[in-house]
Amino acid sequence: MANKHPRAPLDYLNMPAMKAWLAGVFIFLYTPLLILILFSFNDSKANIVWKGFTLKWYVKAFENTQLREALLNSLLIAGVCTIISVVLGALMAFVFWRFKFPFKGPLESGMSLPIVVPEICFGVAVLMFFAKLNFPNDLPYPFNLTQIILAHVTFAFPFVAIVVRARLEGFNQELEAAALDLGATPYQAFRDVIIPHMKPGLIAGALLAFTLSLDDFVITFFASGPGTITFPVKVYSMVRFSVTPEVNAASTIIIVITVIATVLALRAQSATSAKAN
Amino acid sequence: MSDRDTIIRVEEVTKRYGKVTAVDRVTLEIPRGEFFALLGPSGCGKTTLLRMLAGFEMPTEGKIFIDGVDMSSIPPNKRPVNMVFQSYAVFPHMTVFENVAYGLKFDNVPKSEQYGRVMAALADVKLDHLAERKPDQMSGGQRQRVALARALVKKPKVLLLDEPLSALDAKLREAMRFELAELQDKVGITFVMVTHDQDEALAMACRCAVMDRGKLMQTATPSNLYEFPANKFVADFIGSVNLFEGTLQVDLPDHAIVHSEELGGQIYFDHGVSGASGEKMWVGIRPEKIELLKREEGSNPPTPEDAPPGCNVAAGTIRQISYLGSESIYEIDLINDRRMQVSRPNLSRWDQEDFTWGDDVWLRWHGDSPVLLQS
Amino acid sequence: MKDWREDKTFFRATIALPVIWFFIFFVIPMAIVWAYSVGENVGPVDVAITGTFANYAKAFAPEVLKVMGDSIWLAALTTLICLVVAFPVALAMTFADDKQKTWLLLLIMLPFWTNLLIRTYALIAVMRTSGVINTGLEGLHGLLMTVGLPLGSFEPLPLLYNKFAVVVGLVYVHLPFMVLPLYAALDRLDKSLIEASLDLGAGHLETIRRVIVPLAAPGIAAGLVITFIPALGAYLTPDLLGGPDDLMIASLIERQFKRANDWPFGAALSFILMYITLLFFAVRAFLERKGGKVGAH
Repeated sequence: MANKHPRAPLDYLNMPAMKAWLAGVFIFLYTPLLILILFSFNDSKANIVWKGFTLKWYVKAFENTQLREALLNSLLIAGVCTIISVVLGALMAFVFWRFKFPFKGPLESGMSLPIVVPEICFGVAVLMFFAKLNFPNDLPYPFNLTQIILAHVTFAFPFVAIVVRARLEGFNQELEAAALDLGATPYQAFRDVIIPHMKPGLIAGALLAFTLSLDDFVITFFASGPGTITFPVKVYSMVRFSVTPEVNAASTIIIVITVIATVLALRAQSATSAKAN
Repeated sequence: MSDRDTIIRVEEVTKRYGKVTAVDRVTLEIPRGEFFALLGPSGCGKTTLLRMLAGFEMPTEGKIFIDGVDMSSIPPNKRPVNMVFQSYAVFPHMTVFENVAYGLKFDNVPKSEQYGRVMAALADVKLDHLAERKPDQMSGGQRQRVALARALVKKPKVLLLDEPLSALDAKLREAMRFELAELQDKVGITFVMVTHDQDEALAMACRCAVMDRGKLMQTATPSNLYEFPANKFVADFIGSVNLFEGTLQVDLPDHAIVHSEELGGQIYFDHGVSGASGEKMWVGIRPEKIELLKREEGSNPPTPEDAPPGCNVAAGTIRQISYLGSESIYEIDLINDRRMQVSRPNLSRWDQEDFTWGDDVWLRWHGDSPVLLQS
Repeated sequence: MKDWREDKTFFRATIALPVIWFFIFFVIPMAIVWAYSVGENVGPVDVAITGTFANYAKAFAPEVLKVMGDSIWLAALTTLICLVVAFPVALAMTFADDKQKTWLLLLIMLPFWTNLLIRTYALIAVMRTSGVINTGLEGLHGLLMTVGLPLGSFEPLPLLYNKFAVVVGLVYVHLPFMVLPLYAALDRLDKSLIEASLDLGAGHLETIRRVIVPLAAPGIAAGLVITFIPALGAYLTPDLLGGPDDLMIASLIERQFKRANDWPFGAALSFILMYITLLFFAVRAFLERKGGKVGAH
């Protein structure tokens, strides 16, 4: 009885070699992150040998006003960017899904350019644009974040549009026809049938916009004035010189925020699709 | 049946997916050269069984032997069987010729021999003139022929067909039935076909296995399945049937009587049945085996001249008539609200006028027509 | 789909905002970069748009060409490694059951959602001279010494600040870019084609070579482009993991703006990178259209 339940030929996942390969890939992807999290609790500055559990690096990270400010800036930017991006992205997805109009193809390709253009190219473009405009660098908080928000929205909303559009493609046009047939006005049909259908797409798009914004370093690096600092920019300046447990602690906080946001978004998405079924 | 004549032997095979049992202790033997059909409603496990023969699924328990060899550790690419897939699975990036030649590469057939064999296989399915076509320039029926040629060119011991006719339109399906049967005759290879369509199975197969919820219900020739169903499921799944619950009252070698509350009377059999007296049973009567006679108010039940006394007669009223061209189906309400189906061939062009909605009728059937079912 | 004239007001109301935003904050900035790329420095801050090609010509200087060659080579190597690593993963995902699929996707995506800088930083912590790998090796070395193996003194492996580190970092960051399009392409394949190949006697490797790869070619091409382009334009990873000799295009561009203050040259370099990017996407779109014709019924 060497093999009581032989593997089906296409069940690649249960092939020993495949299991080893997957294990290798996930070890490669996760070991650095797990070590980073682990050493954020290590009671030693050296960051190599485990000396005991401590939360002092978190306390330190919170006491670091610059770091705290950078983190709050990043969250504020990501929040505002998400709201604007979802509105713009949803409008764009809807228009291209619903209407036929002249120059539609070129416009659609053009508007997806921010997705494919390398970050560095868009970053320098933003830098030159605001320089040309003589955009004031010394606005009071939180208006000093305006440039970063404008730049973030510009590359985030086409991503939202793609996600929402994919969702719209799965829409059964007869549902809208049924609503109209039962006496709804076009506006009511849009509100009662199409918007609910878009909802999972909007949630997924919002999550995407939020993480894109929170994640961005290059464009922020070019768009920000001298006085404004975001979390990635602050961490960048810290890690260029040293590896400190304080950065581990701050990074762990960001990882936790990302994981929570992802789980919440997935939950919301599966709840909506479960309801739809 | 001796082992030499058996090409496929399925021994106590069970397949479970987690808690779901797709195939439940099926035992089956298929003789060499037969056209065999696995028949059943969707989800009955017939496709899973076929895929286990091909080697795409492994039995959770039990063994499969093909030509006497245990298949437990033999992967699909080493099995002496080939399959025609439901979607045909013709490779879209290869020409018809390349599709058919594909499998020969792995049999170490020399290049010089490949061309002749491929063209012969294509000629068998009447596609030799389209060898250089790409599949996307062909109709569904043509693609199916490619799939057939591609499997047959390898001279498998068994050809497996997964719902071969389901994707064709009605007219082509009819034509393909005959063609497949003819092809099987010509090549002499054992065909095992999965289908949910009873007409297809009855028309083409030498023998059919009927499955339900993973279990094998009956294996028999088409006429035996229809006339001698082993249980209620088979009787109901193959054709239509009027089923009545009853208890066995008389069980003698030369006749038997079942009392049925539902029918409001007794059902007479002119042959003995082997069952315990007093047991609950079912009686099935096919609609075409019932005769329809006009009934006048207050008249006596007619007695058929050639039937022994006690020939079955029941009174009813016509509620519905479905005119189907070659025959008509009559839905008849019996005295006690039980409904029964009777079918009558429309022998003459004016015949249908004989009976109409609301007519009172006698139903009469011979003592050898009903079948007694114990489960 | 409706013609826009059937519902003009609604059409105008929905299209206005995204299009205006796109023009003001994307088209105009890009146009400025393009204008600068044909401009000249006059004085410390002023630039005159003269229509010169001198900035593009400067890109053919040997030291700039070396950076571009290195960038392309490193990005190509990264893409190739990602393909080799990701293909089995995508294959396993394709044939996993629904629950396993969800989990595998989540495991692949989670690092992708995590901040790029954090991931790069995590790699630094693992790979630096006194990092986890070297400390571990040192421990092992010491252990082998105590059991009497005549090994010399321990030399930590130079894992960081070289091209090796850059490639490891780029693979680490871009692996999900490759897994997702491959998985999407493989998952769309009719599984019975793969089964048919096995049924006709082909082994697994033969099936991958003759059936899976040709049919998934558009998805593989998509994966290659989607991985190669961001790897080519990567800024953070080579900047933090590479040494002074391991510059990539993005760092060179950044220098023109933040240090050298040669905006026209930076703009020209930026547009060269754009042209390479657009060329790759055009080739991919062309291949896809060709592939689409073959696959159509």
